[in-house]
Amino acid sequence: MSNSNFSRRGVLKTGAIAGAGLALPTYLSAASHAGYTNAPTGSTVKIGFNVPQTGPYAEEGLDELRAQELAIEHLNGMGDGGMLNTFSSKALSGNGILGKKVEFVTGDTQTKSDVARASAQSMIQKDGVIMVNGGSSSGVAIAVQGLCQEAGIIFMAGLTHSNDTTGKDKKANGFRHFFNGYMSGAALGPVLEAEYGSDRNAYHLTADYTWGWTQQESMQASTEAIGWRTAQNVLTPVGAGDFSSYIAPVLNSGADTLILNHYGGDMVNSLTQAVQFGLKDKQVNGKDFKIIVPLYSELMAAGAGSNIEGVFGSMNWNWQLSDAGTAAFVKSFGEKYGFPPSGSAHTCYVQTLLYADACERAGTFNPCGVAEALEGFKFDGMGNGPTEYRAEDHQCFKDVLVMKGTENPTNQYDTLEIVEVTPRAQVEYAPDHPMFAGGDLGTCNPGA
Amino acid sequence: MSQDASAAASSARLRQLMITAAIWIGGFLAIIFLLAAIGVSLPQGVVQTLDGLSKGAAYALIALGLTLIFGTLGVVNFAHGALFMIGAFCAVTMQNMLSISKTTIDATQKDFLGNPLKVETPYVVDWFGQSAGNAIIDWAVPIAILLVIPVMLLVGWVMERGLIKHFYKRPHADQILVTFGLAIVLSEVVRYFFGANPIQSPAPDAFSGSTDIGIMIGLAENQVVYPVWRIVYFFFSAAIIAAVFAFLQFTTFGMVVRAGMADRETVGMLGIDIDKRFTVMFGIASAVAGLAGVMYAPILSPYYTIGMDFLVLSFVVVVVGGMGSLPGAVLAGFLLGVLQSFAAMNQVKAIVPGIDQVIIYLVAIIILLARPRGLMGRKGVMED
Repeated sequence: MSNSNFSRRGVLKTGAIAGAGLALPTYLSAASHAGYTNAPTGSTVKIGFNVPQTGPYAEEGLDELRAQELAIEHLNGMGDGGMLNTFSSKALSGNGILGKKVEFVTGDTQTKSDVARASAQSMIQKDGVIMVNGGSSSGVAIAVQGLCQEAGIIFMAGLTHSNDTTGKDKKANGFRHFFNGYMSGAALGPVLEAEYGSDRNAYHLTADYTWGWTQQESMQASTEAIGWRTAQNVLTPVGAGDFSSYIAPVLNSGADTLILNHYGGDMVNSLTQAVQFGLKDKQVNGKDFKIIVPLYSELMAAGAGSNIEGVFGSMNWNWQLSDAGTAAFVKSFGEKYGFPPSGSAHTCYVQTLLYADACERAGTFNPCGVAEALEGFKFDGMGNGPTEYRAEDHQCFKDVLVMKGTENPTNQYDTLEIVEVTPRAQVEYAPDHPMFAGGDLGTCNPGA
Repeated sequence: MSQDASAAASSARLRQLMITAAIWIGGFLAIIFLLAAIGVSLPQGVVQTLDGLSKGAAYALIALGLTLIFGTLGVVNFAHGALFMIGAFCAVTMQNMLSISKTTIDATQKDFLGNPLKVETPYVVDWFGQSAGNAIIDWAVPIAILLVIPVMLLVGWVMERGLIKHFYKRPHADQILVTFGLAIVLSEVVRYFFGANPIQSPAPDAFSGSTDIGIMIGLAENQVVYPVWRIVYFFFSAAIIAAVFAFLQFTTFGMVVRAGMADRETVGMLGIDIDKRFTVMFGIASAVAGLAGVMYAPILSPYYTIGMDFLVLSFVVVVVGGMGSLPGAVLAGFLLGVLQSFAAMNQVKAIVPGIDQVIIYLVAIIILLARPRGLMGRKGVMED
């Protein structure tokens, strides 16, 4: 006879708890979603806008949100249609997506990876969104992209410029319209050579996280390719506020150029403080000292005021472009909100339309069908000229803008001027380029 | 006490003083030697020292206010950073007020949508002419000092009478929670009105840019160049600190406050309403934080969480200086500012990577291990 401590009730209780525990992590990829996660069943479809509404990038996030709301209006046939009128694909007709009215929910990432993941998870589990769009910060984008891959949701990354987003951290369910650090370096290099020559000694101050590292690596490679030397690369904490302790050593470093691999508030502060230290008026080895900000945004430019005058940088898109797509978007956005859209607003607006268009062309919301429709998709009329979503890494390839701080601004929006539209061919790279190596796109996850 | 005993006590005090001075001088020389050994040149050392002093000036001012509140009311005020932030936004507010404009339509120019351009002309320019009007706007930050003092006194009074006084007899944990909550509320209110982005509040043109300090101290040209406004900030801070100490040391009001800080009950038994004086001190501490903030605006463009960023460091400064010690707070502020500045140098980071992000906490640990009451802490404070 054997003695057992198990009781029927105990076994049932333990089994129920263990079952719930095992089921919980797989909820997001459970087969209870009619073939794919959050398959829409009614007359509406819901998408999630996960952007920073508080924290250091809140202004960028709020501008993204404005643009996304505008995109929903246009998808649902309201307003003037914006870029739907200029988009080369004509699959969208203003009656929602696949005949379903588009609704949206928003989340606040606070520019924190853990908060952003929790927010995206809530939108997927609680609100039943079919796609997550937006965000500012590469750390956040990579974190949310990983979550969406596990959940079987398409992630359209917002303002993320790290090479890693579509490099070593790329995912089959993730797509990026925004350009990246490599492209900034490739676009800026020749312009910097033409403006400042090939004999320069550059000092880098770099934000100490994925975006800063890859941006610095890209800028160092592109400036060394034109003959510049690299004096130092100093990593600075994100959100340091006062960068004076990092700027002061530049004075006696022998460098004649300062490259600020900073973004957002950090860039506003470090640039302002560099100017206060007299670097823009300084001469080193008979050359005028120069400052470069590889990644610009209009909101940052406004924050930095006159300090950005004459400072070179790069952008994904700018409202001053003269193509029909840009004009249509600026008109829609400007009339609704009273000011021109930022680059991050543009990219989030475009991605919402691109996702909707892919659903229409695929004839399904199934993430794998949508991903297939996006991979290798070539389009035009969205403000960047002919563009392609490369199938190998889900990175958009298009023209890049080299910008300069306006030296004699005529109005409050006249902060940056377009120096050059760098053609796509100059910023393109092979999918196995060393700066993007190490990752695996994997396979699409529908969540079923 | 006999004369011999008194002389012996004086001699012991002198000996203690000399030992302390020797430790400080020895430590100072050791640091200089170490810096020279790792390749820090004299000009680099001077620039980093200046930078540390200007950083330390802000830490010292905030820590001074924190200590004033803690020393008088016994409250650990986590909303003190928010007071610094409100001070900084007084500069922004003054700038906005002076820039209030009238709008005219200029049909000859177009806006970004192709409509006739709306031209904004500040009223001060309209009233006083281009030159004088622009000069007034240019001096917005110094003018904001006139705004910040009454505003901060009022904010301090409202905060103390309206909320904090109800927590005097509550545990420190309750005080921390309520003041921390208040700090969050104040930050969010500021974000609601001013947005989340940093807002430029430049120094007047006369004080913007930099000056060559190296030439003044016999070094070569362009080796020690430092922003003028940071130098102004250092001297401004020194003046405020001196004024607070003079107020406490040389006025009857200050004498009563010092007595109250040492023994509140006895002062109360003498028929003095010490609570009223302590409320005034809360207002003064708020004004000091506000002044620190308004003058810091050209150095670091104000944003709504700026107070939180300074608060943690300032608490470390207070603890390192010694809870309740005003000279300790000032000394620790400058000391940690200078150390933080040197830790950001490449030569130092090459030896200990990431030291710039932990130096303050590392030094705090070392000092507290060696001197548990901080540099100048008093026995019995926060030890119950």
